[in-house]
Amino acid sequence: MAFKLIINGEETIVDVEPAMPLLWVLRDELGLTGTKFGCGIAACGACTVHVNGVATRTCVLPVEAVDGAEITTIEGLGKNGLHPVQQAWIEHQVPQCGYCQSGMIMSVVSLLDNTGNPTDEELNQAVTNVCRCGTYQKVRAAVDSLKQS
Amino acid sequence: MGKLTRRTFLISGAMLGGGALFGFIATPNRLGIRRSSSKQEAWLATWVNIAADNKITVLVPHAEMGQGTHTALPMMLAEEMEADWSMVQMQQAPAESIYAVGDMIKGFLADGLDVPAVFQRHTDYSFYKIASLMNMQITGGSGSVRFTGQAGMRRAGAAAKEMLIRAAAENWQVSVDECEAKLSQVFHHASGRSSSYGELAEQAASYEPPLHPVLKKKEDYTICGKPIFRFDTPAKVVGMQNYGIDIQLPGMKYAAIRHAPVFGGSAVSFDKSGIANGKGIETVVKLADSVVVIADNYWRAKTALSDLSVEFSDGEHGDFNSNNLFVEFTKALSSADIEVDFEQGEAGKELSSAAEIFSADYSVPFLAHATMEPMNCTAYFHDGILEIWTGTQDLLGARAFAAEVAELDFEKVIVHPVQLGGGFGRRLPTTGNYIEDAVRVAMQVSYPVKLIWSREEDMQHDYYRPAVQSQFKAILNSEGQPQLWHNVYTDIGINDDTAAAFTPYAIPHQSISRVELETPVPVSYWRSVEHSSQGFFLESFIDELAHKAEKDPFSYRLSLLKQQPRFAAALVQAAKNIGWEKNLPKGHGLGIAIKESFGTIVAQAVEVSLDDKDNLKIHRVSAVVDPGEVINPEIARSQIEGGIIYGLTAALFGKISVEKGRVIQSNFPDYQVLKLSGTPEIDVAFIESGERIGGMGEVGLPPIAAAVCNAIYAASGRRIRQLPLIDQNFNILA
Ligand code: FES
Ligand code: FES
Repeated sequence: MAFKLIINGEETIVDVEPAMPLLWVLRDELGLTGTKFGCGIAACGACTVHVNGVATRTCVLPVEAVDGAEITTIEGLGKNGLHPVQQAWIEHQVPQCGYCQSGMIMSVVSLLDNTGNPTDEELNQAVTNVCRCGTYQKVRAAVDSLKQS
Repeated sequence: MGKLTRRTFLISGAMLGGGALFGFIATPNRLGIRRSSSKQEAWLATWVNIAADNKITVLVPHAEMGQGTHTALPMMLAEEMEADWSMVQMQQAPAESIYAVGDMIKGFLADGLDVPAVFQRHTDYSFYKIASLMNMQITGGSGSVRFTGQAGMRRAGAAAKEMLIRAAAENWQVSVDECEAKLSQVFHHASGRSSSYGELAEQAASYEPPLHPVLKKKEDYTICGKPIFRFDTPAKVVGMQNYGIDIQLPGMKYAAIRHAPVFGGSAVSFDKSGIANGKGIETVVKLADSVVVIADNYWRAKTALSDLSVEFSDGEHGDFNSNNLFVEFTKALSSADIEVDFEQGEAGKELSSAAEIFSADYSVPFLAHATMEPMNCTAYFHDGILEIWTGTQDLLGARAFAAEVAELDFEKVIVHPVQLGGGFGRRLPTTGNYIEDAVRVAMQVSYPVKLIWSREEDMQHDYYRPAVQSQFKAILNSEGQPQLWHNVYTDIGINDDTAAAFTPYAIPHQSISRVELETPVPVSYWRSVEHSSQGFFLESFIDELAHKAEKDPFSYRLSLLKQQPRFAAALVQAAKNIGWEKNLPKGHGLGIAIKESFGTIVAQAVEVSLDDKDNLKIHRVSAVVDPGEVINPEIARSQIEGGIIYGLTAALFGKISVEKGRVIQSNFPDYQVLKLSGTPEIDVAFIESGERIGGMGEVGLPPIAAAVCNAIYAASGRRIRQLPLIDQNFNILA
């Protein structure tokens, strides 16, 4: 079946089974491998993208559920240069292996879009991505540096 | 590869983009040099390429798995070379024998140390046809900076600098002593002349490298010791870093795999009638212990695989149960069949004559690695050549391993290096089951195949951190000082560094021993290896002794570390940083622990709280690290934080249990991991004692479990002797 997705601003038609999760449409059908596979059951956040501006885990999200939606992936985040969150990530040297970071960054961007000045608690609630390298403290520091005070 | 000559070097250099290439070129036969123990060796087993435009490329033989080696090693070389850092770039060395990490090994031998376990095991791993001491490119044992860096990179940089100065001096017909190298240029101040390294490189490369290049003094460093940004960060924040799982090749297919659930089981048969007409399904392949579905998209392969009915046989271990293992452990610990690794004083006599013996048993479970990037490997067999793309901690070892599996000559296998989405000991060739699967599939089909393990397969077919039980007995004198330390623990493998169980405390009578057992559970290296469990045991028991003696656990340790000034200094600093003497709110407690591993001493003090509903919260960790010297403080800090998080996750939640020969846990919900919300505040301080440089990648982990449990005791009087804490009736926020 054909589905229309607006991916990083570009209209894209994919012809796949309605049940195929968006993650695999992005990675295997469209070659957008910046979005990662970590658990496949919405438990780690590695596959997070923005669906109509909202951070969403895509490994269990059937493509039929996002027909017509605007999708932003890590590749599209900094279309015009680096996004401030990406900049802060470099400034604070957040990534280690980096594998979780696409998802981590997408979650943080979405949080900051909603609330420019999240409390620690709001950050904890919104960013539940797993990082096995243990970059959490630097994630927190980078987010703190982005708060509008 | 045959004899390696300077010519070979220059050719390899040219292949990498031209320019002069400095390397290990003192005699024509590299292997000969490396085996020699003579002092007349140039320790330059590393490569630097200087292009005419003054760009310097450092080739790093180690894998990058997040630990920052790809930045720290070039820093060491550039420092000695007096390179202009803004013009330095890094390139991962390919899986070729000339990049074997022989110097890493020699780094140990030269200082009279033993070859560390992680390397040793590979040396007698007869599976590899090329398994000689030097044919390794291992990233592990926290060894990259310590050995490749110290013994290789520094000397290569210093030698290159001397050769460049010599080239300039000859051109100008002045003495080398009148010349100075700085920022990738050579200056002759007296005449105001200067030449760039790029201009001098070709001429310099025609000289024999000096055998004993002079290394810089630490106070003259301009690059090392600085928090220089990592090379790999920019790509990682825009999703452009390519991991093994991201490989895309023309005509490539995707494969999903299901292994026999029981260790040692096999795949008997499958019935593909249910999936045969599925969209995009290519074929089904049966391997000895698994079935693989190949499709044109991973999701299609995985979905079809879950619909596929497969008959597995359990083999011999269908009734193995890890709970029973601990019963066996308890029995084994009182058996007479023990291996004594350390003895001092008259431990046996003390024990039999003592009036009061204080004793305690501790245990830790099996643990999975759960790297963020699940196991995967892409393989393509064509024209008699096997090409592989996979994250591996040992490129050459992986190449040899793949050749063995495919029954091909080593020369017919190409391993393409890719970034690892986490290693932690999981991605070594000795644990290369994910490579083996992909190779066996690739040998049967005509197209490239990317085989991805699901998280469930990754969790259930890992090589696990061994479960260990450890029993202590101690006798205190009238002042409460320990007179006897008697320890015996279980050893089911991956325990070559028996010194990990040695105590640093001054105790006159000691006996440290272990009893070997076998289990069907595959085990391997896991971040910090033996130290991960020994740190918990040793530092919990000494804490128990302090309380038994009614002494403050920090001062008690200190009083036993008079002969160990580095330990004492780290301990004092950690206590100070957490505020050991401060008044704590109700329900809060402080704990402390210290462990040396991989040549680095780490003390950690922890603050926890427990409320009346047993909600446990870890508030803060103060870590003090003495690695001798810090190359890049920012990378080092990340490594220590990472080690703490990895170890804390294990202490709080980590447990792999086996029932009926099958691993129970399958994914992150039942193998819980720490997230942002449960992460304590962590402060990290470094002591640069100037002692021989130690490791960084693993050393943050060993003290954390004990420090937390000691803090729990301080807060509540509950002594934890078994991990993980989640099994001890605490509520813990992930
Ligand atoms: S891969 Fe989607 S949440 Fe883990
Ligand atoms: S940086 Fe490696 S998993 Fe997060």
